[in-house]
This record gives sequence, C-alpha cells and structure tokens, in this order.
Amino acid sequence: MNSAHKISLSASNITVMHDDFKAVNDVSIKLKAGEWIALVGPNGAGKSSLLKALAGLIPAFGDVALLGKPWPEWNRRQRAQTLAWLGQAESGQEDLTVYDVAMLGRLPHQSWLAPPSAQDKAVVEVALKTVQAWEWRTRSLGQLSGGERQRVLLARALAVQADVYLMDEPLAGVDVPHQADWLEWVRCLTEQGAAVVSVLHELNLALQADGVWVMAEGRLVHSGLPQDAQTHQALSAVFQNRLQWREWQDQGETRWVALPK
Amino acid sequence: MNARKAHSAKRLALQLVGLLVFVLLMGALIGSEGLAWSKIQADASLIADIRMPRTLGACLAGALLGLAGALAQGLFRNPLADPYLLGSASGASLGVAIGMVLLSQLDMSPWFMRVGITGMAFMGAWFAVALSLVLSWGVQHTLRLLLAGVVVGVVFGAIASLLLVMFPQIQGSVQSFMLGSTAYVSWAACGLMLAVLLVSWVVSVAASPLLDGLALGESTAISLGLPVKSLRWLLLAVLALCTAAAVAQTGLIAFVGLAAPHLVRARYKGTHGQSLSLSCLMGAVLLGGADLLARGLMAPLELPVGVLTAILGGGYMLFLMRGMSSKSAGSSKGRA
Repeated sequence: MNSAHKISLSASNITVMHDDFKAVNDVSIKLKAGEWIALVGPNGAGKSSLLKALAGLIPAFGDVALLGKPWPEWNRRQRAQTLAWLGQAESGQEDLTVYDVAMLGRLPHQSWLAPPSAQDKAVVEVALKTVQAWEWRTRSLGQLSGGERQRVLLARALAVQADVYLMDEPLAGVDVPHQADWLEWVRCLTEQGAAVVSVLHELNLALQADGVWVMAEGRLVHSGLPQDAQTHQALSAVFQNRLQWREWQDQGETRWVALPK
Repeated sequence: MNARKAHSAKRLALQLVGLLVFVLLMGALIGSEGLAWSKIQADASLIADIRMPRTLGACLAGALLGLAGALAQGLFRNPLADPYLLGSASGASLGVAIGMVLLSQLDMSPWFMRVGITGMAFMGAWFAVALSLVLSWGVQHTLRLLLAGVVVGVVFGAIASLLLVMFPQIQGSVQSFMLGSTAYVSWAACGLMLAVLLVSWVVSVAASPLLDGLALGESTAISLGLPVKSLRWLLLAVLALCTAAAVAQTGLIAFVGLAAPHLVRARYKGTHGQSLSLSCLMGAVLLGGADLLARGLMAPLELPVGVLTAILGGGYMLFLMRGMSSKSAGSSKGRA
C-alpha cells in the first residue's frame, strides 16, 4: 500500500472554547498515513484539548476530515473502528479485568450484545501479549500499578486496529523499559500504515518521532522535524529557554537530546 | 481465563438463587410466632395472602434497589453512589406526605387509600429525579447532577417536614413510610414490582456496554462509538423507575442499593452485564433476609425492616471504610 502520501487526518481552523477561554486557537494540521507525530508544549498549552477536538470528543469550531471524509459524514461506529483514542488515566470503577478492558477495544467491531468472535479473541490476545499483560489478564484494573494500567489501556487501543491513533500522555507512569517498548509498538503501527499523534511530556522520546508539533497558549507555533534547528528553537522558546541541547550519534544518524537548564 | 470468570459468576449466581429460595421458603413458613405447623395448616390463607406476597415483595424491592444501586455506581463512576442520590427518597417522602394530607381529608376506602399513597410516592420520586435533571441541565455533567440531587433532596425534605408540622395527624403514617416496611405489600404490588424489574433488567443489561465504557472515562466511552448521551438518559430513567417502584411499595429502605453491588464486586470482577444481574439477586437476598430478621429478632414484635437495614448497612459501611484505610495504608507502605 502506498500510504506515504495519504492524509489520514486533517483539520483546519480548529478552535476550542472553554467558557470564554480559547483553549485551542485556530489550529490547522495534516497527518499522513504511516507517520508518528509528537505533540509537545508546556502545561496548559491546549495539547489535550486539540487532541480531543481531533477525536471528536469535545465541541470545536473548524473542520476535521478523517481519511479524507469530513467528520459529519462518518457514522459513530465506523469512526470508532477507524480512529482509536487513548486518554489520560481517568478515575472510575476498577472492577473490570485486564481482559475485559482490552476486549472493549473490539466493541466498535461487534454487533450490539454479540459475544466476542474468534477474531476478536485473537486480536485481544495479540494486543495483550504485545504490551506484556497477557499473564495477568484475570487481574482487575484496581490491582494494577499506574504504569501497568497504562499498558492495558494501550492494549485496548491497539485492539481497535484503527487507521489513526490519538494518544494523550500514553507514557504517564510507564517505566523506562516499557517506554522503549512503546517506541517499538508505535514504529510497528506506523510501518503498518497507521498514523499516530501522541501528547508527550518526555521531550527526548518526542524527539524520536517523525515530526513534532509544538503548542503554546492554544496555538500551534511550530511543526517540523525533530532534528531541525527551528524545532529546537521553538521548543526552547515555549519552555522559557530552560532547555539545553546535546547532539549524539545513533548508528550513523545524528540525534538530539534536550536537558533542563 | 474467561471460562474461569464465567464459572465464578455462575457459581455466585447459583449460590444467590439458592439463598433466595431459602429466604422465600422461610418467609412463607415463619411468622411472628415462629414456625408453627398447626397454625399454617389451619390457615393456609395466612401464607397465601400475607406471608408470601410480603416475602416476595421484600425480595423484589431488594432486587430493584440492588439493580438501581449497581446502575448508580456505574453511571456516576462512584462506588459510594446509591439509588437515592438524585433526590428520589425525599421526593417519595414528600409525595407520601402530600398524599396523606390530601387523602386523609377525603372519605375513601382503605384499598384506594393505599393505591393513592403508593402512586403519590411513585410520582414524588419521579418528580424529584426529573427536577434534578432539569436543574443540572441534563446528564452531561456528573458533578452538577449530583449537586442538583442533593439540593432537591434537601428542599423536598424540608417541605415534607413543614407538612408534618402543619398537619400533625399524618406524622405516624409518614414516619412509618420513612422507616421502611414490607408489612403491607400485596400481590398487586408484587406484580407491579416484578413487571418493573423485568423491563428494567432487560434494558439495563442491553445498555451495560455503556457502563463498561464509562469505567474507562467518558472520552473512551465516546471513542468506542457508544451513544453515551442517549444511553445515559435511558439508564437514568431506569434507575429512577426502579427506585420509585421499590420506594413506593416498601418505603425508604437504606443501604440495600449501596451494599448489594459492593458485595457482588467483592466476589466477582468483570463486566457490568453480569454484575447488574448479580446485584439484583444480591439485593433480593439482602432485603428478603433482612425482612426475615425484622420479623424474627424481637418476635412477636416486629422491627421496621428499614431500621434493620440501616443498622446492618451502617456496620457494613464501617467495615468498608476499615478495608479502604488498610488498603490505602498498604499501598502507601508499598510505595515507600
């Protein structure tokens, strides 16, 4: 499949109002198939609001198109099969088992109240094994640590088998080995043609993405490659020039890390 | 894995059904004078007309409250939510108080009086829930909805108290309603509760994927393609219907709606489809059992079953709090 030039998700002039406050101010984006974008910026920059607006979870002004089709033309179910959402951990009842949570990812593919098909079960097994949670699939969410829980929620999102993944702080509370695993999973998803946007506070992980969107005060102030000097300048600017940049070589490729100063 | 979980749900369901059958049998056989065969043989109508509808009614009201409690906890994503959260209890009390004031002024048969009071309780509960929904501008904002429920509960409670002061002659009847009692449940009331229970159970189980989705947050539920707004309205309507039907027939019975889903979750972790059904069974066993105790503990005197469930429920809450503190102490220790 030639997915390199296909636009998976596009949005123009997105504005999100929280009462009188513009949380997102006139943002336009294009996300290609097979691309991983890291959405970064300081607290309160409007990253989560933008992501929720792109996922159709909150009311927003502007136009969004998924796989080239305008948002209003999608029915709820098809949209849920095409776009997977992974939100920040929200509190709630914690009695669902790990397996139940992952199986919820198959809900958009199932008929109402129909039992899971063999394919659903196979997909869930693969998703749980991918995040190394298959062994404790009978445990309830309440029995998991924050990082384990986040991995299970990721398995739920993976089980959707969507074309576009929007992830809001997917690595919150996840330990370093599993952060490295997460990078591999994202690479695997993009190689299969999926597009991923993830809000990340871990700048050095964000710098490994295919592209970086930098937000501040509700606006998209920069969109560029992680190795570009302009991207580093934009990041330094939105983080009050409290970053210092170090270059390193990774298998012949020049990479950058950002350290606090 | 799933087989093991299904097995655990099935085993719990079988145990609860067994307990329910036992409660129904005991309820039919045991009266205020204990298990007296001679009396039973001499007066079969005692069982058919009084004990059976009463015991069955207690179980049905318990099942309705258990289902309503499980729905409330799932919808509000709060394990301490109970069916009376949206002001239905105060609404029902006010309905009864108004009904007593109005109907005691008229010359009517006792049967009509009973139907009238039940109807008023039902309407009061529904009106309170509807008012909570209007005041909170819909179901979108959970905290606003809960606050509206508190406001409605307080205001309706105050109006009911005012009526009691203005019409002291209704105090006894209203107080008896507020204490909760299964003593006057008739076969007709059982029929009504059974019909409400069947419809509510079918609708709740059919809409239960919403509760599973909501357990992961509202955004996740919407992203899964669930019609969150319409299903939430539907389940709130079912919650109000179950509560109103139970309260109208048996008065204000505390803690069954809170405790039944908790007791189920202590034994079964899984989707709401099964836990809703198990909560129904648990509620039926709890209130049926409490009714037996209320009759037997101080026989031939009878305790109001609402008082008994309040005492037992209070104890259970304390136990729950103890469990929660030791759990959080354990987790802080683990983190340190």
